[in-house]
Formats: sequence, C-alpha cells, structure tokens
Amino acid sequence: MRTLASTLLTLSTAALTMLAAPQAQAQSSSPTLVPAQSELGFTSKQMGVPVDGHFKRFDAHLNFDPKKPDTGSVSFSIDLGSVTLGDPQFDTELAKPEWFDSKKQAQASFQSKSIKALGAGKFEVSGKLSIKGQQRDVVVPVSLSQNGSLTTAVGSFVLKRLEFKIGDGDWSDTSMVANEVQVKFKLNFNGIAKL
Amino acid sequence: MNTPISTAPARYGALAMALHWVLALGIVCAFLVGWYMSDLPLSPMRLKLFNWHKWAGITILALSGFRLLWRLIKRPPADVPMPIWQARAAHAVHWLLYLSFFAVPLAGWAYSSAAGFRVVWFGVLPLPNLVPIDKALAEQLKELHSLLAWGLAGLVALHVAGALKHQFIDKDGLIQRMLPGR
Repeated sequence: MRTLASTLLTLSTAALTMLAAPQAQAQSSSPTLVPAQSELGFTSKQMGVPVDGHFKRFDAHLNFDPKKPDTGSVSFSIDLGSVTLGDPQFDTELAKPEWFDSKKQAQASFQSKSIKALGAGKFEVSGKLSIKGQQRDVVVPVSLSQNGSLTTAVGSFVLKRLEFKIGDGDWSDTSMVANEVQVKFKLNFNGIAKL
Repeated sequence: MNTPISTAPARYGALAMALHWVLALGIVCAFLVGWYMSDLPLSPMRLKLFNWHKWAGITILALSGFRLLWRLIKRPPADVPMPIWQARAAHAVHWLLYLSFFAVPLAGWAYSSAAGFRVVWFGVLPLPNLVPIDKALAEQLKELHSLLAWGLAGLVALHVAGALKHQFIDKDGLIQRMLPGR
C-alpha cells in the first residue's frame, strides 16, 4: 500500500514537474540585467584632462519586445555612493554634498517615456533622469546586438553636470571640471526575444 | 688674479644664455610648486597647481631637448683656467644636470600616466601615456620623481656654489660667461 502511494506521489510530482518545466524554459516576459557583465561609466574633463569613472552598483528593469519597441519601458536605479574614479581621494570628495551627496541622496534614477526604433538594432530612449532632486529629460541613443541568449545594449550621452548640481560651490567652475560629462554604458540582458 | 674687462673670458652665445636663465627660472618654480602642492588636500587649487606643474615640466623637457641640441651644434666657450680636478667636477655636475633635465620630467610624466591621468599639455595637446595604468607602479614612480627632483636640487646647489666660489673667491670672472655684456 505504502509503496503504491509513494509511487503515485512520485509519478504525480514528476508529471507536475514536466508540465511546469516548459514554462520555466519559455521566454520570461521581463528581461533581466546581468550586473556582472554590465558597465555604467563616464568621462569628465579636468582642465582638459580626461578622467574616467564608473558606478559599481546599479540596476535596470526592462520590458521590451523587439517586435513592438514603442510599447517597451526601461528604468534604472544607480547607487551614487558606488562611484569610483580609481583614486580614494577623489572618491571621498565625490560623496560630499557639493558632488553626489551620497549619504543623503544616494539613488539616481531614470524612467523611460518612450522607445523609438531607428532600424538596424538602433533605438532612441527618451525619459526622465533624476539626480540629487533635479530632473531632466534626456534622449539616449542605444544600439542592441545579440549573442545567443545575451542581448547587449550600448550607448552614450552627454550629461551637463551643473543641471544636476553635481560639483557645486567652488567646483562649479567649468574651467576646472567641464560641464559636459560623457556617460557611457554597456549592459547585458538575459531574456530579450530575438531582434 | 683679477681679470681686466678687456680680457674677460669668452661668453656663451645669446641663445644659450637665454635658455639657461629661462630654464633655471622654470626649473626652480616647478620644483617649488611641486614641493608645495604634493601635500595639499583635494581642491580646485590643488588641481590647478598639479596641472600647471605638469605643463611647466613638459615645457622644460621640450626646451631642454632643444637646448642640448643647440649645445652640440654650438659648443660652449673654453673653460677659464682652473685646476684639472675642478674643471672635471664642474663638467660632471653640468652633465648630471642635463641628465636630470630629462629624467625628472620623464619620471613625472610616467607617474601621471601610471596614476591614470593623461598629461594634456596646457589642456589642449594630449600626450601619449608612457606606461599603462598601474597603481603600484604609480607609487614607485612618484617616489622616483621626488628623489630625482631632490637630486636635481642638490646639483643646482653645487652648480650655484661653484659659480659663486669663482666669482667671489677665485675672482676669475667666470660668471661673466653666462651674463650679457661686452
């Protein structure tokens, strides 16, 4: 009796698992960021000298169907405290209120309003960027390419740091640190349908 | 022995003289700024001083290259009479000075490269990175640059001491070789 019951249990569990398996293997409706293979960085100019930095912690949420790009949306959150210029002295400075004010306003965010397909894997993402309580509309060109299950999104845009009060007070002198900062990213996502 | 004006020692040429004094001033200023700036906390002033110091250093490097070339084309005037060991010591100091004119700024340039700061001359001309970015190497090059700079300072002190000795003790008019006049 017990053997029959346990056999039935095993069989039904197996059946349920088999039914469930195809769904687990199906395309998830929400793509996921692969943080270990993604980079978000920037280049600023100090008296003409390019200085590179990047954020170690950020997250992205993406709803995207390549066949209907204009229905897609993307949002970002960036831990400003995770910024590094590769030099501890600079990193300590960047946490200060004149710069990112990371102790009080640690999160920066981006929320898309529209995604426009330009053809050949190129898209234009328009949305609102919020940093340090300041909000600005930005338009970011993005190129997508696929390799197996991984989709890579690459792009860059120019951010005007003074619009977000990044580098305030003494540091607002743009001959010291230029206003234009080149932001660049390479993001890898799982689960985007074939382009 | 006092040297009458009519038989004053032969002089360096005008270009050599100009290079000597312009570079002497530049080197002294770059050294003092370098010494002062290295302990400053991060601020716009520190950034300015670091960049001016690097721009001065590269300018000194370039002018020293030209100066060396010129010295090889137009040889310096003959020595004033002095014991052989003194002449040899003076020449040794001069050649070590020339070596320093290149070694000090090159070490500084390499230090900047290793630290991840490309040298952009006067903020407009990017110079190649001499070495790849490497924090440990940057620390070593910082020490090397500092050591060589102090070595240069020591050589300058010897050079000035020698010139003053000739002027006030030997009274052989040697300094006139590097000063304009008839």
